[in-house]
Amino acid sequence: MTEVSRRVPAAPPAGADGSPPPRRLPRPGPAIAVVVVLVLAAAPLFLAPYATTTLTRMLVFGLLAVSLDLLVGITGLPSLGHAAYFGAGAYAAGWVSLHVTAAIPVPLLVGAAVGGIAAALTGWVAVRSAGVYFLMLTLAIGEVLAQLAHSWQSVTGGADGLAGIPAPALGGEPLANTGFLYWYVLAVGLVMFAAVWLLARSPFGTALRGIRDNEPRMRAVGYPTTLYKYAAFVAAGTVAGAAGSLLAAQQRLVTPADVGFTTAALVLLAVVIGGAGSLWGPVLGAAIVVLVRDALGPGLGGHGELLLGIVFVLVVYLLPRGAAGIGSLRVRRRRS
Amino acid sequence: MTGWVAANLVSVLNGLAIGALLFILAVGLSLVFGMMDVLNLAHGALFLVGAYLAAALAAGGASWGTFLGALGLAAVIGLVAGGALSAMTEPLRRRSHLDQALLTLGVALIVAEVLQIVFGNDPLAVPAPPGLDGSTSVLGAAYPTYRLVLIGLGAVVAVGVYLLVERTTVGALIRATVADREMVAAVGVDNRRVKIAVFAAGSLLATVAGVLGGPVYGASVGLDSTVLILALVVVVIGGLGSVKGALVGALLIGQVESLGRALLPDLASFVLFGALALVLVLRPQGLFGHRSGAAV
Amino acid sequence: MSALSCHGLGRSFGALKAVSGVDLSVAPGARHALIGPNGAGKSTLFRLLTGTMRPDTGTVHLDGDDVTGLSEVRRCRRGMSQTLQHSSLFGSFTVAGTVALAVRRHTGRAVRPWPHREPDVTARTDELLTRLGLADRAGEPVPALSHGERKQLEVALALACSPAVLLLDEPAAGMSPAESARLLTLLTGLPPEVTVLFVEHDLDLVFDLADRVTVLHLGRVLLTGTPDEVRASDAVREAYLGTARREELFTG
Repeated sequence: MTEVSRRVPAAPPAGADGSPPPRRLPRPGPAIAVVVVLVLAAAPLFLAPYATTTLTRMLVFGLLAVSLDLLVGITGLPSLGHAAYFGAGAYAAGWVSLHVTAAIPVPLLVGAAVGGIAAALTGWVAVRSAGVYFLMLTLAIGEVLAQLAHSWQSVTGGADGLAGIPAPALGGEPLANTGFLYWYVLAVGLVMFAAVWLLARSPFGTALRGIRDNEPRMRAVGYPTTLYKYAAFVAAGTVAGAAGSLLAAQQRLVTPADVGFTTAALVLLAVVIGGAGSLWGPVLGAAIVVLVRDALGPGLGGHGELLLGIVFVLVVYLLPRGAAGIGSLRVRRRRS
Repeated sequence: MTGWVAANLVSVLNGLAIGALLFILAVGLSLVFGMMDVLNLAHGALFLVGAYLAAALAAGGASWGTFLGALGLAAVIGLVAGGALSAMTEPLRRRSHLDQALLTLGVALIVAEVLQIVFGNDPLAVPAPPGLDGSTSVLGAAYPTYRLVLIGLGAVVAVGVYLLVERTTVGALIRATVADREMVAAVGVDNRRVKIAVFAAGSLLATVAGVLGGPVYGASVGLDSTVLILALVVVVIGGLGSVKGALVGALLIGQVESLGRALLPDLASFVLFGALALVLVLRPQGLFGHRSGAAV
Repeated sequence: MSALSCHGLGRSFGALKAVSGVDLSVAPGARHALIGPNGAGKSTLFRLLTGTMRPDTGTVHLDGDDVTGLSEVRRCRRGMSQTLQHSSLFGSFTVAGTVALAVRRHTGRAVRPWPHREPDVTARTDELLTRLGLADRAGEPVPALSHGERKQLEVALALACSPAVLLLDEPAAGMSPAESARLLTLLTGLPPEVTVLFVEHDLDLVFDLADRVTVLHLGRVLLTGTPDEVRASDAVREAYLGTARREELFTG
């Protein structure tokens, strides 16, 4: 049976091993990457503070989308609960900034570590499941962690959230200026993005894509796939936790909504719009989502989510290749 | 000592009432899931539609007319919505689980936002119909009559759904599809109509649960995802497409929600997750599941 | 000592005993064929041997060690390699990338999470592709391959695991006669120390390649012997013929 041919269009990413270049999304050459980084770095010099803040939020959300893409696009694990690790990192970074120190890089490291630990504690149950079960379990795990954020008043501040988080400090000097904060977020974001990019193009990342394409076959050639998926899950949780620490630094407030289902759904939307598996596409998707929610939302009476819901429905029907190639692989494999 | 017993009796009864409501909600989700392999994330939004409907109709004063009217209207809306969702997911049948989930997620976001625009941000209370808004003495403890009725209604629905699925031809087809979808398709049974019917009936149960849950939970922003997640946990614990599983799961989660919150208020979320994790570790396919969806 | 053996192996599905009390012993370096009419339990036995499926009863020994409780992943690490009946490869990989995936896992080095040069992997991949006649297709995406080429790639993938025991599940299924002949050359050319056990429907291929044949019927071993003994056996002929008649009953 020629299952392979059915899977053809479903696989955007390219690999170091000479796999084919992505069909839908051309990889930006190094030159484009340099230009993009330079433009991003120079942005606060000619943008108004409000626009800089919006751009900062895009970067934070973009990093979260990249971490989710590692799961969805590279490994083929569509998670509906990824915001949980983002939120865990945000709460941890916020708590450390409030009660211990806001000195860079402490909140960042703590956020990443807590995100990773949360993923490590909850991920094993999730990666052992497949198909619709994985969707459901990640959703359940994410939602239970959001509940925890609600009810663990003494640490998280309950429904009001963790407020009054101090700005991250560099050499004893808080980064109160929106420009400086932006550069901090940009620097961390770029480093983390590079790390995920390298991971995806490493032999380990190649194995993850093999699992996405055909897990039983990977087992047959001797890869302990559940372990690999678990490692990817924890890595994605760690990066999401780092993104969470940036959220705490930027927003200076963390609420249960940042952990919850809506955030998880929006970041998944960002990945799907941007093109799963390309890593940079989801950053673009995240920018669009933030733009719609934060910039256009107020104009719609705070109902940006209505627009996003419509986008969701349209994307599913109009961008099948964007949304496909993730779960479909897993479904067919399970039935084969 | 008697005080402790009484306090916990109320918690147990509350757990039963929540369980009854969760069963009505979750059994539809579970069957749609088992029949069509669709994770319907709009299920919670349908519940919320029912709740707001009950609140809106009862706004001018609670009466049996408004309550029954809300129930009837919710049933119709549920049927239509289920049919529509079934039609919307049909073109995606050959696509991934994620696509179908994203579609229903989009629908859920739209419905929730529209409800928020129409009814505002403030939670609305839904009074119980006259005669049921008082309390009844249960073993010496005063307990809201409406919740006792809710427990009874849950039992009636459970028996009804059980008989339908276990004792009728349509039910046999549903069970066969849940057990082996490819096989049913392979032997040439056209179960499209049954699928639409199950989706419509499942959605009906969700909106009706919303009306019935009104006097307990009210109607508020965010209630949709709260009940959706509870229903999902019930389905995961009980096993996909299993009526018995949905019932046992609902009763279990009802008690966890109620007794857990009463006895260990700080740890209630942990208890919920603990119950979920325990079942998944011991029986990944759920207590009554038989599909290999969670195969390692 | 046998390279691969099983004792009293059994597996039921409900009331159906797909495989029951099967004893099998494959000598090192053998070309051992597993044949039998449809529904004889060949595929189930194959899965029990590779570890994809767990047996209800019995044991599986690989090179003298009991591997019954080990997963297919662990068995692969111990030198058992397999091809799958339905060609199922990696849709987003190239031919070379596919083989490299398996080679890398069996170089004895950790699979690292950062990009780096792997000259040994590249060299071994090139060698395998050349041996299987796929060298000029190395850069092609897998979906661009013909059915026969995919089967070749399956074998390359299995060989990339440096197997001591190679299990092939219907390697010639769906192949044209030309492709089938090429496969035969390929399998005949395998290093003699590699033990091969294969399930196959194409009896010509079986009798050309195998030095030992086991016939399964209704989940049990009917006969194990040389190709000539099997060809001469009345019991085997009856088993095939009987099933053929019954199939006519079913389809007609």
